[in-house]
Amino acid sequence: MPTLSDSFLTALGLIVSGDADLIEIVALSLRVSLTAVLLAALIGLPLGAVLAVVRFPGRGLLIVVVNALMGLPPVVVGLVVYLTFSASGPLGVLEFLYTPAAMIVAQTVLVTPIIAALARSTLADLLGEYDETLRVLGANRFDVVATLLWDGRFSLATALLAGLGRALAEVGAVMLVGGNIDHVTRVMTTAIALETSRGALPLALGLGIVLLLITLVLNAVVLGVRNRMEAHAHA
Amino acid sequence: MPDPTPRVIPFQPPRPADPPALRIEGLCLSRSGAALLNGVEMTLSPGGVTALLGPNGAGKSLLLRVIAGLIAPDAGRVIVPRAMQGRIGLVLQRPVLLRRSVAANLRHALALARVPRRHRAPRVGELLALGNLEALADRPARRLSGGEQQRLAIIRALAANPLLLMLDEPTAHLDPQATHAIEALVARVTEGGTKVILVTHDTGQVQRLADEVAFLHQGRCHEIAGKSAFLTHPESAAARAYLTGKLLL
Repeated sequence: MPTLSDSFLTALGLIVSGDADLIEIVALSLRVSLTAVLLAALIGLPLGAVLAVVRFPGRGLLIVVVNALMGLPPVVVGLVVYLTFSASGPLGVLEFLYTPAAMIVAQTVLVTPIIAALARSTLADLLGEYDETLRVLGANRFDVVATLLWDGRFSLATALLAGLGRALAEVGAVMLVGGNIDHVTRVMTTAIALETSRGALPLALGLGIVLLLITLVLNAVVLGVRNRMEAHAHA
Repeated sequence: MPDPTPRVIPFQPPRPADPPALRIEGLCLSRSGAALLNGVEMTLSPGGVTALLGPNGAGKSLLLRVIAGLIAPDAGRVIVPRAMQGRIGLVLQRPVLLRRSVAANLRHALALARVPRRHRAPRVGELLALGNLEALADRPARRLSGGEQQRLAIIRALAANPLLLMLDEPTAHLDPQATHAIEALVARVTEGGTKVILVTHDTGQVQRLADEVAFLHQGRCHEIAGKSAFLTHPESAAARAYLTGKLLL
């Protein structure tokens, strides 16, 4: 059994040498999670904006449901997506199960409520500030939503980051629907779980370090871009 | 050859005469049991500047919001001349500028006013010139000084070419120089034919800008008169007390 320091040094060696397996796993993780966040943003941002702007019967209940779904257990999502795409499921004909597509769907389901709920909260605050001004200027609901999304974009970037963090760190759902198949559906979190159970700590630790670095770099980049753009033009 | 078919002229019911000016009839609004507007009646002059004068809590800002359609009254109505309908601008006491540059705020207002895209850039230039803000076009709007922000809010309200522009204490908290710039801008706006309703506490500003004065107190219009008549010989006891600095409760 290697010591922690041995594992750490071996892990650094894998990263520095550009180990092919490690790169493949990291690339698939990023492809799946970024795609899922993009899809979740396309659904969650307009949904959050509509919940913030439009008054309709049942709106309060829907907000409660969306907020509650932020804490959706990944394994439950994985199970539902599994049943949906299984051979006897309603979308079994798509043959998504054990492919990255199913993993993207599962992560999209997990991340959409996070983005929608955080966007609703952000945009509701902004609406409180902008409402009268936009109405006086003749804005219709579509104009209001578009204006809020644009002017709230820096705060919404934080919501997207929260969603990406959830997607990258998630293991239960992608394990169920992806199957953790080597060179097909193995991503960082499922690989870490597998390698740890096999006692192959260097690769698990290397992937863990990469996962942390990716999260750190993404947050730093988004924060840097946000600060720079805000300082440049939009206070 | 003459057409044998007789011309049929459809019957057109007589339309009620279009009021020449904004008229407010019996406007009432209550919140939590308190009457904030208590039967406001007034007919404003068609042009120039009407100053809404009155102590704090008189209902001046609320009246502007009702006229702008932001708040529905409990009773009464605002009769807007046909030409003026849909062409009413309002600048709030603390104008909210978008988190964009000065020019982008104007472009946004023009887009909301459905001004065709090709006409927006020249119109932005005109508005910037009107507000004397050309040099600040690319500056973040929220980093302007108080006076500059007010000028931007006014020219933004002009993007839709309003025939009625309502200004809620546009010079509150501004220094004399900034106040002068706002007053000069308001004068230019009225020269262009736009009717202005100006909420103010400043009788000096009334003297400089207004053509007529409507005095509000406790949600009612106590008096509406020409500027000189109001300032020299106010008819209502409330207006007399206000002008002599006596507290109105």
